[in-house]
Amino acid sequence: MIDFDTNKFHVNPNYRLQFEEAQQCHVLLYPEGLVKLSDTAVEILTRCQKPIHKLTLIEDLQRDYPDAETLASDVSEFLEHAAKESWLVIAED
Amino acid sequence: MKEARKLGAVQIGFSGGEPLVRKDCVELIGTANDLGFYCNLITSALPLTEKKIEECKEAGIKHIQISFQGSDKKTNAKFGGTDSFEHKLAMTKAVIDHEIPLGLNFVLHRQNIHQVTDFLMMAENLGAEFVELANTQYYAWALHNRDKLLPSQQQLVEAENATNRFRDQHKGNMNAIFVAPDYYEKRPKKCSAGWGTTFITVTPEGDVLPCQSAKIITGLEFPNVKNDSLNNIWEKSDLFNRFRGTSWMTEPCKSCPEKEQDLGGCRCQAFMLTGDAYATDPICDKSPQHDIIEKAIESAQTDKEESQPLYFRNTQNSKKLAVMEENS
Repeated sequence: MIDFDTNKFHVNPNYRLQFEEAQQCHVLLYPEGLVKLSDTAVEILTRCQKPIHKLTLIEDLQRDYPDAETLASDVSEFLEHAAKESWLVIAED
Repeated sequence: MKEARKLGAVQIGFSGGEPLVRKDCVELIGTANDLGFYCNLITSALPLTEKKIEECKEAGIKHIQISFQGSDKKTNAKFGGTDSFEHKLAMTKAVIDHEIPLGLNFVLHRQNIHQVTDFLMMAENLGAEFVELANTQYYAWALHNRDKLLPSQQQLVEAENATNRFRDQHKGNMNAIFVAPDYYEKRPKKCSAGWGTTFITVTPEGDVLPCQSAKIITGLEFPNVKNDSLNNIWEKSDLFNRFRGTSWMTEPCKSCPEKEQDLGGCRCQAFMLTGDAYATDPICDKSPQHDIIEKAIESAQTDKEESQPLYFRNTQNSKKLAVMEENS
């Protein structure tokens, strides 16, 4: 499990994050299944294609969305969920 | 594959028979990957080598499923028909070492279902993340051997309990699911998630099927990708519209309040067991032909002689069966 206070992480390299023309939305593909992503999830996950630290991610998002008041806690909650679903994995050095 | 992507397909499964028998399998995987498909390979592992696994990974394979027919060399050879156990183990390990997501599939029936715990131990030792304990469903060759393969109720309960015990005792990363044979259910399963809703199968000769086994239904015409676009076949062909939705149904499905939940069940199973592809899947206890299932289940509760030989899929038996079916 990822420790978000210390580990860098990125999107599971065995999953595939992409935009689908036919469905007009972003999806995350995994063995024999997929999940359609909300706009918020896309904003977060596209920033995790390369290894990133939670604090950097939040700073980055806050810069683009300065008015989002509960951003830090929302992102933390999403990251916990994403880790549990194996969408994100620890980045090896 | 390009046409399927345009239709909105995102997952592709290279399956068989044995997909790696095709010399261009890796090339197909590469093309599918470039088109944006998430590529799955369903294999017996027999034609796999370290080199082939590397080539598949290079081409963009994202998931490999390997099947076992027994948890030891002897059982696997008996039901798989080949002395392949050690090779399957080695290839499973190699797939994991190459960090390709792996699913292990154990094909269960009354003669190996007692090995569930051994299967799970083996999978855990190999480092598998996903294990499917899949009871044989009774189509094609399994149907001809049903009396020798359908487990008893007690065997099923014991196997499910063993799976649950294993889950409780081993809190690792391995996810194990147990798929019971639908003979023991009261309601049927949707025909491959619903005829013409989710899946599209293209055979090596280009025929297009709503499910892998649809060819067993006689009287259907199968469109071919060489003559028509996949889009037309999906939207307009008689085959894909034949059992789509609920308007084709006869009684008791037609007026059943649950018809949207199972869409009348599996068309292949209905045809195989009743001779009528429009009939209610006899798995359903509302089917007037449900006694076919009850009889099979009743027969499965009694002990069988070990000496009863299985009717294996091979050229000789295929020919015999073809003659028998022609005569009937």
